[in-house]
Amino acid sequence: MTEAILSIQDLQKNFGGVVATRDFCLEIEKNQIVGLIGPNGAGKTTIFNIITGIYTPSAGTVKFLGNDLVGKKPFQIAQAGIARTFQNIRLFQKLSVLDNVIMASHKDCTYSVFGAMTHLGAFRKNEKEVRERSMQLLEMVGLQDITDRIAGGLPYGHQRRLEIARALAIRPKLLLLDEPAAGMNAEESEDLCSFVFDLHKKFDLTIFLIEHHMDVVMKLCDEITVLNFGQTICQGTPQQVIADPHVIEAYLGEEK
Amino acid sequence: MAGYYEGLLILVGINIIAVIGVSILTGFTRLFSFGNGGFMAIGAYTGAILSTKLHTPLAVSILGGMLMAGFVAFLLGKITLGLKGDYFLIATLGFGESVRVIIENLQGVTGGARGYSGIPMKTDLFVIVISVALAIFIAWNILHSKIGRNFMAIREQEIAADAIGIDTAKYKNIAFVISAMFAAWAGVLFAHYFTFIVPIMFNLAKSSEMTITVVIGGLGSLTGSIVATTLLTLLPELARAAAEYRMLAYGVAVVLIITLRPSGLMGYKEFSARAIYYWVRDLFSRKAVKSGEEVSS
Repeated sequence: MTEAILSIQDLQKNFGGVVATRDFCLEIEKNQIVGLIGPNGAGKTTIFNIITGIYTPSAGTVKFLGNDLVGKKPFQIAQAGIARTFQNIRLFQKLSVLDNVIMASHKDCTYSVFGAMTHLGAFRKNEKEVRERSMQLLEMVGLQDITDRIAGGLPYGHQRRLEIARALAIRPKLLLLDEPAAGMNAEESEDLCSFVFDLHKKFDLTIFLIEHHMDVVMKLCDEITVLNFGQTICQGTPQQVIADPHVIEAYLGEEK
Repeated sequence: MAGYYEGLLILVGINIIAVIGVSILTGFTRLFSFGNGGFMAIGAYTGAILSTKLHTPLAVSILGGMLMAGFVAFLLGKITLGLKGDYFLIATLGFGESVRVIIENLQGVTGGARGYSGIPMKTDLFVIVISVALAIFIAWNILHSKIGRNFMAIREQEIAADAIGIDTAKYKNIAFVISAMFAAWAGVLFAHYFTFIVPIMFNLAKSSEMTITVVIGGLGSLTGSIVATTLLTLLPELARAAAEYRMLAYGVAVVLIITLRPSGLMGYKEFSARAIYYWVRDLFSRKAVKSGEEVSS
């Protein structure tokens, strides 16, 4: 029996009278890649926002490594080991590529306030280590040659990779990717698949991703959950999901 | 006239220290405060009372003023930093004015609206040079450390700052406390230079002057703030006849800067010897290219 890293029970979120998520249950085991799919407005990002503490659920529990996350602040959840990327990329746009990653390494900076004020003592050594590790992360995502560029000026695909590098800098145990292949063509999303799979192997990372590209989801995921109008309509392996009549109905419409 | 120019430099130095605080708060954390005059007042009065009643050395008076202002800022930040941007600004504005009114009404301790006199004259050029150098050193180092990077993360993208595990509420309060302490530092020096202080010296006009200086210098440039402070302190003095129109000139300058160059004179850039060297070199090489083109055509 493998241990569950994330366990969600009977999650519900209402916005006024609108039910965005209803009775959502999910278990993610260590080292799995799990996908969350569904038509637009199905409530996928809402679930990410609940996990990362941006929304408080109306009912239900979210447990990460046995600890309840409900009511915790977003930064506490990040420090607990859940990193994420955003559907509409949220980089530190006006800063350099390297700075984006270094800024996420603040937990690795162990020097005191006095060290920060004077740059004496362990400061320089510590900063150098943080810098080197950030360079390594950028190398891993293939941005090592453009570390001085301003993040907001990068092409879309590079911005997505940078956002993933920044998420990895906080040493997460669970990585949430919100539509990593959005706006990519077939070839680019193919690249992205192998890239995400590499990260998964290299960091022993558990990954939970939202995606519209079915080919990406089919290739990467061990388990898939399908949402429609806030309701889970199917949960299973890619083969089970694609054969499920409810899924076909939600995506292609009802057979007359 | 040596005294006059010395006085001018001392004034520039005091303003630089206060504006550095606002630069950290507004330029690097993007929190607007119109209450830093209030912290300057807290520093000035605390320092003045320490020096006259307890006869403490200047360094102790400065530290006392900074600690007092930092403590007040910490409490105020705890209450108000949960507010969204505009509301926080209004809260600081109200705070700055209430500090003035409180000082005016605490006659027994502060001398009320008639002012507090008999402060020993301790701020000379030497003290100012040391203070300014130390202030710039500390501010620069803080901004180029984890603390400064966390400020900038909040400025750039607060949701992302949260997502990478930065306690945004805590770091906003740290920025607020630091800015209050720099304001108080300047306030103590101010009191020990003029030897006489009245609450009206630290009114809303003083607070907004500091914020305007940072906006003009560049929201995100420490050196830009320092250069802007120097210019804005010296220009009205050098053009004495036009000094009355100073606030008018500030207004016009801000409107021009916001419309023509919203990021301020320097934007996020810092003055550095190397940058100036590259700039000059580019200027010349561009000229060389131009003259080359003229020759070829």
